[in-house]
Amino acid sequence: MNVHEYQAKELMREFGISVLKGGIANTPAEAVEVAKKLDTKVWVVKAQIHAGGRGKGGGVKLAKSLDEVEKYAKEILGMQLVTHQTGPEGKKVLKVLIEQGCDIDHEYYCGIVLDRVTGQNTFMVSIEGGMDIEKVAHDTPEKIIKAHINPATGFTPAVGRKLGYALGLKGETLNKAIKFFDGLYKLYTQKDCSIAEINPLVTTKTGDVLALDGKLNFDDNALFRHPEIEAMRDVTEESAQELEAGKFGLSYISLDGNIGCLVNGAGLAMGTLDILKIHGGTPANFLDVGGGATKETVQKAFSIILEDKNVKAILVNIFGGIMKCDIIANGVVDAAKELSLKVPLIVRLEGTNVALGKKILSESGLKITAANDLADAAQKAVAAAKGAK
Amino acid sequence: MAILINRNTRLITIGLTGKQGTFHTLQSRDYGTNVVGGVTPGKGGTIHEGIPVFNTAYEAIKETGANAAMVFVPPAFAADSIIECIEAEMPLIIAITEGIPIQDMIKVKAMLKGSKSRLIGPNCPGVITPGECKIGIMPGHIHMPGNVGVISRSGTLTYEAVFQLTQREIGQSTCVGIGGDPVNGTNFIDILEMFEKDPDTKAVIMIGEIGGTAETEAARWIKKNMTKPVVSFIAGAAAPKGKRMGHAGAIISGEDDSAEAKFKVLQECGVTIARSPAELGQKVAEVLKK
Repeated sequence: MNVHEYQAKELMREFGISVLKGGIANTPAEAVEVAKKLDTKVWVVKAQIHAGGRGKGGGVKLAKSLDEVEKYAKEILGMQLVTHQTGPEGKKVLKVLIEQGCDIDHEYYCGIVLDRVTGQNTFMVSIEGGMDIEKVAHDTPEKIIKAHINPATGFTPAVGRKLGYALGLKGETLNKAIKFFDGLYKLYTQKDCSIAEINPLVTTKTGDVLALDGKLNFDDNALFRHPEIEAMRDVTEESAQELEAGKFGLSYISLDGNIGCLVNGAGLAMGTLDILKIHGGTPANFLDVGGGATKETVQKAFSIILEDKNVKAILVNIFGGIMKCDIIANGVVDAAKELSLKVPLIVRLEGTNVALGKKILSESGLKITAANDLADAAQKAVAAAKGAK
Repeated sequence: MAILINRNTRLITIGLTGKQGTFHTLQSRDYGTNVVGGVTPGKGGTIHEGIPVFNTAYEAIKETGANAAMVFVPPAFAADSIIECIEAEMPLIIAITEGIPIQDMIKVKAMLKGSKSRLIGPNCPGVITPGECKIGIMPGHIHMPGNVGVISRSGTLTYEAVFQLTQREIGQSTCVGIGGDPVNGTNFIDILEMFEKDPDTKAVIMIGEIGGTAETEAARWIKKNMTKPVVSFIAGAAAPKGKRMGHAGAIISGEDDSAEAKFKVLQECGVTIARSPAELGQKVAEVLKK
């Protein structure tokens, strides 16, 4: 789960991480009110959307007067902000963060991620702050300094010194940076983050160490123990279909093709998209009904797939393990009847209770194309989608 | 021979008395697995479906001489159960549970280092040595005993591969699901090493997916150490970047962890590639003929 920059900064404050004073606004008038309360000569007006690259897209402006705060808030609120992470359609800005300005001395990068190779939380810092860190990692990997954290000790001052000296910090600034890293690590582990990224982390002319920007992602599997994080969810930032699917234990991702897919198991669901592409088709979605699907969830899956008007054919690919083929078959038949399915339906069943499942389908009176195996299913689905008008 | 589990495996189920725990333990027992006990705190001393129940893993191991544990505990408590098994020095722990928080698994991973335990999973279908022992949720009937080892990050895709093999009357030595989570107990290389040493295994299928670099590291290890042929498929060539494809670990974050990048390294390291998951059985048949 993602949160906005302003929410990430609220969490940082809780953990003693220095951020600039600021407040959130939904209208230009509110923006001016927030700005008035900040003791500063310059303000930064920042679009709040779940995507990076906001500055380049025109979503971050420096205001030198309250009039400018209002003017920029007016411009940014409601705009369709396009960045390299939003896709060409962009994202509508509904909130702006108004922050006091600061005298930046230097910009750095600081992040914590999971290192999947060692299975440890890992700090990454760089003197190349404010840049696209993936580009830095690719072009100049030597400019990224890493430190693994042993879960038995957690963050130690030694780790802090390693990172701080690598950035060339010294004296009081170094001490402040170590405190900053310590706070960030505590936030990361205690709130079950999956990514924490401060880009840029800045040192100021007055010797402060601040998070100028902040991005936090959270481990979906740990949200059960963080209702306070769940409460930060902004549903306007998420796909309505994906959220709806999630409520029914379905894992759904919308894609831009025309063959709807209903599969059990994440691996087989990915494999199904792959094989459709190999045979010249384009999948309309990824959908894993999971191992515990019932007749009702299969019906729900169908209705979500059919909400996508690009869908020209549906491929059901089930390898019954825990999931029994007859349960899927019943769900498919009911859904097809209830939704009066118009698009061609191709079904491939294998595994537990396959004979019973096939019997249910063939006796349903529905026009269902049965497929013998994975390749056959893909070929038939691609042909059906191409044949459909 | 096979690897990890066989006729001599003595299994306990952690979370035995739950619905899933009961169902899959009985399925495993029906397949022929020697189920010697179960653990559910508070139900120690009772008998569940003919299986003695204990309050703790320590007690269960002491009383039954179990040498393998299957974990069916809900995600919020699963890491605690795995840690209990590690402290009780259980040699083999197979965690089926999906959805364990990453920070919990980081602690488990640290505890495994230098311990007497091997963890398979979590978020995996389990392990089966066809005809001898099944620990997990895979449908037993699609397997047949034989000489092909199978390792995979995915459940249903493993069934698909096994099914294609069995249809061609190519049996399997052992099938291992290492799980779809970003932090797991056992990686491809650990299992490849076991298959390389196992006289009953003649070839290996390795099924990977997008996310992480485990397959690339495995490919380099294969090039250096493996004498047996390996056939590999990577799921997710059609997946968009930055989207989590069902599995917690299946997400393309950079250039190295896409399906294309992994296929490329695997090929360079002499692994036989199946671009389509429907070709796995056929490719294995081909390498076995050579």
